[in-house]
Amino acid sequence: MAVDRTTLLTMYRDMWTIRLFEDAMAAAYLEGKQPVFNIAAGPVPGEMHLAAGQEPVAVGVCAHLRREDAVAGTHRPHHFAIAKGMDLRRMAAEIFGKVTGLGRGKGGHMHLFDPETHFGCGGIVGAGIPHAVGAALAFKKQGRDNVAVAFFGDGAANQGAFHEGLNLAALWKLPVIFVVEDNAWAISVPKAKSTAIASNADRAAAYGIPGVYVGENDALAVYEAAGEAVARARRGEGPTLLEVKTDRYYGHFQGDPEVYRPKDEVPRLKANDPIDRLGRRILETGAGTQADLDAAREEARAKVDDAFRFARESPYPSPEEALMHVFAE
Amino acid sequence: MAVETRRLTMGKAIAEAIAQEMERDPRVFVMGEDVGVYGGIFGATQGLYEKFGPERVMDTPISETGFIGAALGAALEGMRPIAELMFVDFFGVAMDQIYNHIAKIHYMSGGGFKVPVVIMTAIGGGYSDAAQHSQCLYGLFAHVPGLKIVVPSNAYDAKGLMIQAIRDDNPVMYFFHKGLMGLGWMTPQPSAMSEVPEEPYTIPFGKADVKRPGRDVTVVSVAMGVHRAMEAAEVLARDGIEVEVLDLRTLVPLDRDAIVESVKRTHRLLVVDEDYLSYGMSGEVAATVAERALDYLDAPVRRIAVPDVPIPYSRPLEQFVLPSADKIVAAVREMLGE
Ligand SMILES: Cc1ncc(C[n+]2csc(CCOP(=O)(O)OP(=O)(O)O)c2C)c(N)n1
Repeated sequence: MAVDRTTLLTMYRDMWTIRLFEDAMAAAYLEGKQPVFNIAAGPVPGEMHLAAGQEPVAVGVCAHLRREDAVAGTHRPHHFAIAKGMDLRRMAAEIFGKVTGLGRGKGGHMHLFDPETHFGCGGIVGAGIPHAVGAALAFKKQGRDNVAVAFFGDGAANQGAFHEGLNLAALWKLPVIFVVEDNAWAISVPKAKSTAIASNADRAAAYGIPGVYVGENDALAVYEAAGEAVARARRGEGPTLLEVKTDRYYGHFQGDPEVYRPKDEVPRLKANDPIDRLGRRILETGAGTQADLDAAREEARAKVDDAFRFARESPYPSPEEALMHVFAE
Repeated sequence: MAVETRRLTMGKAIAEAIAQEMERDPRVFVMGEDVGVYGGIFGATQGLYEKFGPERVMDTPISETGFIGAALGAALEGMRPIAELMFVDFFGVAMDQIYNHIAKIHYMSGGGFKVPVVIMTAIGGGYSDAAQHSQCLYGLFAHVPGLKIVVPSNAYDAKGLMIQAIRDDNPVMYFFHKGLMGLGWMTPQPSAMSEVPEEPYTIPFGKADVKRPGRDVTVVSVAMGVHRAMEAAEVLARDGIEVEVLDLRTLVPLDRDAIVESVKRTHRLLVVDEDYLSYGMSGEVAATVAERALDYLDAPVRRIAVPDVPIPYSRPLEQFVLPSADKIVAAVREMLGE
């Protein structure tokens, strides 16, 4: 698939935005948690699941999406949110628990909800899968050619919601793309110890829909597979299941002792970094120059810096706001 | 002869209880997410995998309906499974198995089938884990007939109640508060550590524990609330106010007699609950007193609980909705007309 220069550079920039956001978040998360780690301390308390290394899945799929297409993310949602075009300031502010955040500080890192970009996510593994099915059902009923994407981990593919969701989408021929991120782990449990078959893409056969396994953590490979799936969905030909091999650089959550993980695994993964890889492809194919790459990276850095500054400078909600928004007024 | 004493965290006490029962009874086994090599996200199964291996300490896929339903099936065929639901908040994915099957099959079979399943699960907030990882929800499970509900507040109780739970022929839901487990990465609560005998022992269900005797106000709670109440009692004692702190330890069965007896002596009741306010533990305790000791009350019953909102993420919001020692102190003073 020929990919135009703008798309390539946008994907490259977005991958950097994700990477820099996650690295900055890892640093902010540690503030107030040293020398003694306490999950409740610092400007960013609570659990923190970062997606550095997993950029290709998010950007490769979202490059095909429009603002009105719906995305359901996971407990590890930042990369999807950024790739979908979420306002970085309001996203960062939410994670800092500020009143300027997407949810006025009520949701936090695992619960980013944005009507603007038709984005939702959550802390319950597998729960987003039927949400995407429902969004696609709405699009079909409304006669819109929008699509819905459910992103989830290989661990989530063992939830009942996965199987029920796939069956519904296939049965009703809905415009959904199911995207499994195979980062090899579900917390400490490796895929081989949780999943009876090697590739979740093979499970598509059980529902009579196409299943594609992308075996490389490569933005262009994802872009290509997703392009086909999104086009098919927009044409009204029904759902597709994609599984993408990807790499988790950080622990399952920040502070994860990672006793279960071979010590040399992460350095090995980083040697094949997907951002470098896309950069090299851009240079090799002449789609862009080193100056273009540098500019894209700088643009990403400026955006991330700006978002963190905004988040830090924003005020906290007043405590009584805890009582608001239980019901719509 | 000097008696050796050991102080354990609640997490270690729970794991020790399970280990001792697994040694005693080959029918006992553990299933759950990350219960193996990891030792349980909150340490409730630490050391078990090394001791008993993957056949008896089974890491499961993220398939709660599957493995909690399988715990039931295995129990019906003679095993005694312990299933860990990592956070109680994930109950939704397995609720049918728990609510309609595990809780009811003994009854529906006219006593024919026994269901010796223990479901253990983590509860509680206070560290900004937001609405889907901070709930208590024991009230929800106490509501359905057929489940015994255990909510320990310290290591000694945790061990004895866990052994009791495993030996019970009924389904038991065992709720441990994350902040009491002695995890290195949470705010420490040293008062949850206690001396724990090495040998196995049981604590009968339905026996509340008077953590501190007092004549002025009865404060009833479980889990973290007990510690908050003890802190408040300490503060109030400086002003000569004597708070009686009652740790229920189990919600089903509920030690109604202990509640009533205490209120008959103190004439005032405050219930502290980290679960939601309405339709829950605090209402049940208040109703018990209304039914059996109303004439003894010198002040209206008070309740401190999460005010019927999901647990918010941002620190000032979350602290606003959670029970605290300060809130208890203020409520007690008001009840005494100060
Ligand atoms: C229903 C439910 N069960 C368990 C969990 C705890 N949990 C959070 S993330 C996770 C692992 C998820 O693995 P995977 O789906 O592969 O996504 P990854 O974390 O690797 O991105 C688990 C078990 C949860 N949040 N929800």
